Amino acid sequence: MPTRLEKKVQKLKAHVINLGDKVEKRVEDAIRAVLERDPVLGREVAESDREIDLFEIEVEEDCLACLALDQPVAMDLRFVVAVLKINNDLERIADLAVNIAEQAEALHRLGASGSVPFDMAEEAQLVRGMMKDSVDALVGIDAPAARRILTVDDQIDAIHMGAYDSVREAIEQDPSRTAELLRYLSISRSLERIADHVTNIAEDIIYTVSGEIFRHNRP
Amino acid sequence: MNTDNKPARAVIMPSPVTGEPLDGEGRLERIARGEIVPSTVHDSVRKKEATLEIQDFNLWYGEARALYDISMIVPKGQVTSLIGPSGCGKSTLLRSVNRMNDLIDSVRTMGDMRLEGSSIYDPNVDVIELRKRMGMVFQKPNPFPMSIYENIAYPLRIDGERNKKVLDEVVEKSLRGAALWDEVKDRLDQSALGMSGGQQQRLCIARAIAAEPEVLLMDEPCSALDPIATGKIEALIEQLRGEYTILIVTHNMQQAARASDYTAFMYLGQLVEFGPTDRIFQRPMLEETESYITGRFG
Repeated sequence: MPTRLEKKVQKLKAHVINLGDKVEKRVEDAIRAVLERDPVLGREVAESDREIDLFEIEVEEDCLACLALDQPVAMDLRFVVAVLKINNDLERIADLAVNIAEQAEALHRLGASGSVPFDMAEEAQLVRGMMKDSVDALVGIDAPAARRILTVDDQIDAIHMGAYDSVREAIEQDPSRTAELLRYLSISRSLERIADHVTNIAEDIIYTVSGEIFRHNRP
Repeated sequence: MNTDNKPARAVIMPSPVTGEPLDGEGRLERIARGEIVPSTVHDSVRKKEATLEIQDFNLWYGEARALYDISMIVPKGQVTSLIGPSGCGKSTLLRSVNRMNDLIDSVRTMGDMRLEGSSIYDPNVDVIELRKRMGMVFQKPNPFPMSIYENIAYPLRIDGERNKKVLDEVVEKSLRGAALWDEVKDRLDQSALGMSGGQQQRLCIARAIAAEPEVLLMDEPCSALDPIATGKIEALIEQLRGEYTILIVTHNMQQAARASDYTAFMYLGQLVEFGPTDRIFQRPMLEETESYITGRFG
């Protein structure tokens, strides 16, 4: 017979995974909207953000009620605290997906068709994979899988750093493309920020399992 | 329950968050002075269907007034907990529901309570019949010095039930209902006194639900139990919820938070605040309630 706390923890887990799935879908769609220059899909992502916001509040309220009423300890406590933080990261990721989706619309308006001076598709692919892996790690509360995610973040940081230089050079070469190129840089920046939030999620999964606060001191 | 040792003023520690003592409109001090302060009852409780209605209920032990104009409902099929510092009248109120206080000569009451609409304090009420409609579980497990089986069957037998098959069924159903069947099914003929404290308490709950009571009264049912046995009783309460209306007195606030749907906070014989447990423990309406549940006084 599961205790009331066990039932609540299960419900919380189902809830946050559901939110994770929804946010993962937003990120996928936003990336596709950019790569395929699909402003309609971009619009959809932007307009559906309200659902995520409401969901985030619901998960937060569930976490607070669980802390106040059920006094979770040890693994249960770590899990509830982790969900509280992961929830926040997921909501921020959804906001960044909206930023990316809006760039898709803007690029369409600009009629931008020129080449991207850095490997945006690769960066997007890495972020998409990281996002998917983090939701999977959350489902299984899988610390080794979470640790693997952390290594990808460094690759994305490197691409973003490179993107900055490439965009600056491209602007110097052809200043008439500045508006378009800045939008690519903005997309890269949003992707890099998403990877940071996914990294936080991975760290919180590691914390849930080990009780070790993994931030800032990883090798 | 005694006027003599009432604190002259409620001492409230300041909140570490705001630095201010949380005493709202000074209700606690006013109550300590003997002033009757109106209860704060959340609207969401008022709308609930009630099994038990307490109406302007007052009680005196001799000259000492123990309960002041208590009005509240106990929602049907839900768990309601009574919390408050020692001497706040929570046990007195619980014991008034099945008129156990009748057994004390000096007790005098005013006001009424209604169980499923019928008066509890009407002079014509048959108290024995009334008590059959309620189950009571005490602080200390009080199994009869009989076999496990007889602990449940005996009350039914003295109530006239002779059919062995019916008794067998009720015993099994009640023990299952109290999450005890699997542990004792092979030793039903053994003495109940050989069981652990937690098992004895679950046996008492089984006995209490055997008669399918309209309300289950629990007076600090876990205070004599260790944390594991307490966990089992709380899981049992969770399981009985929905089917039974439960009123529970607890001096363990965390237990009220974990195990109940509604919480009533009492102080020196008065009902201070009554609302859904998740509201009371996250965002009570009164600062006085906040002071108590955060351990600032009491």
